[in-house]
Amino acid sequence: MSLLTPELGLLFWMLVAFGVVVFVLVVFGFPIILNGVEKRKNYIDESLLIAKQAREELSRVKADSESLINETRKEQAKIMAEAAKSRDLIVDGAKEKAIEEAAKILEGARHQIALEKEDAIRQIRREVASLSVDIAEKVLRERLDKKNSQMDMIDRLLDEINIPKS
Amino acid sequence: MKRLHKIFSLLTVVLLVNATALRANEPSAVNATEHQAEESGELNVKELILEHLGDTYEWHITTIGEKHISVPLPVILYSKTTGWNLFMSSAFHHGHESHNGFYIAQEGNLKGKIVEKNATGEEIRPLDISLTKNAASLLISAVVLIVIILLIARSYKRNPLEAKKGFVGMMEMFILSVYDGIIKPAVGKDYKKFAPYLLTVFFFIFTNNLLGLIPIFPGGANVTGNIAITLVLAVCTFLIVNITGTKEYYKEIFWPDVPMWLKVPIPIMPAIEIIGVFTKPFALMIRLFANILAGHSIVLGLVCLIFVTVSLGTPTNASMTVVSVIFTIFIDFVELLVAYIQAYVFTMLSAVFIGLSHIEPHHHKEVA
Repeated sequence: MSLLTPELGLLFWMLVAFGVVVFVLVVFGFPIILNGVEKRKNYIDESLLIAKQAREELSRVKADSESLINETRKEQAKIMAEAAKSRDLIVDGAKEKAIEEAAKILEGARHQIALEKEDAIRQIRREVASLSVDIAEKVLRERLDKKNSQMDMIDRLLDEINIPKS
Repeated sequence: MKRLHKIFSLLTVVLLVNATALRANEPSAVNATEHQAEESGELNVKELILEHLGDTYEWHITTIGEKHISVPLPVILYSKTTGWNLFMSSAFHHGHESHNGFYIAQEGNLKGKIVEKNATGEEIRPLDISLTKNAASLLISAVVLIVIILLIARSYKRNPLEAKKGFVGMMEMFILSVYDGIIKPAVGKDYKKFAPYLLTVFFFIFTNNLLGLIPIFPGGANVTGNIAITLVLAVCTFLIVNITGTKEYYKEIFWPDVPMWLKVPIPIMPAIEIIGVFTKPFALMIRLFANILAGHSIVLGLVCLIFVTVSLGTPTNASMTVVSVIFTIFIDFVELLVAYIQAYVFTMLSAVFIGLSHIEPHHHKEVA
């Protein structure tokens, strides 16, 4: 039966067609496709790896920054506390100094007042003395208009001085 | 195979004309078959099917009334008397006339082939490398396949890193399913070297199988169901297997690890192994050929059922038509599956044979 005997003409065409197909596809076709797929697969694998590394890096950076922030916060708190302390110190010192100064001023003022007071008293005394002398002079002048009254006076005065002597 | 137009013409015909008119209009009967059928008034199913399974010099599309519609194909002949001849098959006027002393034999062993008469009046065949229906279909599928694969390859050359979409993406999945599913596990270590050839074989067979399922031009030729085609495919695999075979492979053939009396004095095992070397590709050849041939035969037989039952009256004919169409559709789906499976099996077995010819020595431990 002719179905089971290969036809020469068809055999020839098959050799030509299949040969060309195999040549073209083996040289220009499938290797390029398979290489492309392989390349893409490698690229994807690589990208995944890089992404994983980047993620790790990121989380590390995050942790780093967080610890940095914490540290800074601590530092800040410390500085604040120190500042408060020194402020208190300064204020206290100033207060003390002010009190001291005030005391000194007061002291000075008191001293001055005392001096003035003494001065004033002395002046008043002097005034009083001269006044009394004047008054006394006037009184005496009045009283001693007459000769005997002058003598009386001298006598009384002498008496007065003598009495305590006795 | 011209199933579809047969079905269409049948549906109109059954409704409109009587049995005689149907026979006259019967589109599938070509050339000799038609003449016989017309003469005897009966449909010669066997002739019809065999003609479709075989090869023709023109690509018949349909016959309307007495008018044949077909694609003429180039005829290339070398005759000892007249030398090279090149003309279109339309010169034969569908086998009715002769051209330059050549004509298509209507009877005998050479029926359907181009013959000429030698000096003694005997019918002899010239060297015939005409581009027949199968050859033309083969070239069409080869061009289609090359264009498709090169388009995909170009897309990879341009931008290998992008994720492929659409047709290229689908083909990539298809190619990789063959690559990862058949070639890698079956060939073993050297799979990268043989993958392009095996992929080519797979897609070559698959394309031809699918083209064979299309009922009208440019499909419908019984290409992979032709022994010349499968012979070339099997020989290619045979050559690759045996040329690239390792030392260990040949040692296993000529001096296998069996008890001495199986090798000397009568080399029983080597003889079996050597036969095995040839039966493997032979099985490849026959399997593909027989499967596709059978598929085409079944479809043709089912379609012929319509025309055979014409003589049984309109009711029988009509009901058989429905049955035939349903079965044809079913078988077509099965054939779609077979088209894939046979390409798969051929590729897988080729890959396995290649893998087997690359065996490494595996019994050193036992020896030591």
